[in-house]
Amino acid sequence: MITSLHKRESELANSKRQLEILSNGIFKQGELPTFKQKISETGQFPLRAKKLEILQINLGYMCNQVCEHCHVDAGPDRKEIMTPETMLQCLEVIKSTGAHTLDLTGGAPEMNPNFRWFVDEAYKAGIKDFIVRSNLTILQTNKKYHDLPGFFKKHNIHVVSSMPHWTRGKTDKQRGDGVFDKSIKALKELNAIGYGMPDSPLRLDLVYNPSGAFLPSNQKSLEKDFKKALFDDFNIHFHHLFAITNLPISRFLDYLIASENYEDYMCALVEAYNPSAVKNVMCTNTLSVSWDGFLYDCDFNQMLQLPVNSKVKHISEYNEHLLEGRTIVTSQHCYGCTAGAGSSCQGTLA
Amino acid sequence: MQKTYYDPADLKKFGKISDWNEALGAKFFDYYGKVFEAGALTEREKSLIALAVAHTIQCPYCIDAYTGDGLQRGITKEEMMEALHVAAAIRGGASLVHGVQMMNKVNKLDM
Ligand code: SF4
Ligand code: SF4
Repeated sequence: MITSLHKRESELANSKRQLEILSNGIFKQGELPTFKQKISETGQFPLRAKKLEILQINLGYMCNQVCEHCHVDAGPDRKEIMTPETMLQCLEVIKSTGAHTLDLTGGAPEMNPNFRWFVDEAYKAGIKDFIVRSNLTILQTNKKYHDLPGFFKKHNIHVVSSMPHWTRGKTDKQRGDGVFDKSIKALKELNAIGYGMPDSPLRLDLVYNPSGAFLPSNQKSLEKDFKKALFDDFNIHFHHLFAITNLPISRFLDYLIASENYEDYMCALVEAYNPSAVKNVMCTNTLSVSWDGFLYDCDFNQMLQLPVNSKVKHISEYNEHLLEGRTIVTSQHCYGCTAGAGSSCQGTLA
Repeated sequence: MQKTYYDPADLKKFGKISDWNEALGAKFFDYYGKVFEAGALTEREKSLIALAVAHTIQCPYCIDAYTGDGLQRGITKEEMMEALHVAAAIRGGASLVHGVQMMNKVNKLDM
């Protein structure tokens, strides 16, 4: 089983090193245009934040899994966990924000010891779409999580879960041995209480990341194939599939370099650059809050330690007005959001 | 002289064939695009057929392209290999079925 880059003490555990790699090599030698140059071609530089629609909060980097492609470098060894104090600061913002979506992520957000309390409180704010990104296996891993499907239902949580493939082989290769069977079991349990069933208001969506150095194909056709296979083989239902491109950071960057795919992958991203995806990249309507309360344009920038370009840096100083219109901090990893049909935490963009 | 007959980078230049005959190039790419759209067969099925044919005609560009395309579509390596065996079986079978011609000839000429 692989371990986190942090545990391995890999040089890529350092976000500065990742940014160096992304700024040098083929981009420095001019073989490929930088992201800034590319979006300037169509007059889209700099990207600017519009009105906030999605507040994404990372409850900690601890996870029961150690997926090969993880951009968070999450794992059981990660100790970064949001404290109740920071949660209270987040709750203040959740109560006052005009955002229509609250998106809890991690690691495995359920592993935060105050997860249930936080969801209870956040739920009271009545945000329209309340997402929890659950990796599914956590619901099966330990008895203390077994009640979570019911807990999600009680709070009308929109469950979004990763599933790289409808076959055991491909899923376990990316996410670890036994992950497929546990995920199937969790999906069945969610279906049994109404999640993901046709016409059910209890939303269950799946996230697909390619399990290798290639881009996802058309989201709609992948969704069709996933639906057919999961229904035919396991009688499982879900609502939508979000096809997400792997961004070249953290463990996926490590994989790209180790497998000698880095340059080809960057070329593929640049070649698939789609200017019409640029105007909808998620940083333009999202704010990402890290486990320690700092603010980032997106989850990827959080992992690269690229804070928001604003006077307001921390959730305790939150001011929606000051944050709106800020320029987005970009680097070459952003090509992952603009390739093909575009990519975001809610799937394709264009 | 060029050292190798195939350069992977040339695949990306495929579109350039239109430079020397725009009208026919455009017709070809238009046709190509339409062929791979979902119809009575799904795009996935067409991708697997393309992969099998690519191996039959032994085109390295097409093998590269349709292996990548298959991965993007979630086609598994088991499915890819089965498709190749279909191609190989037809290819092998095509040689062997001519054995009937050989046998006919031998039977006619041999005492
Ligand atoms: S489940 Fe998600 S957070 Fe956990 S290791 Fe896998 S990709 Fe990372
Ligand atoms: S990586 Fe983040 S900052 Fe860059 S385009 Fe994507 S969402 Fe925006």
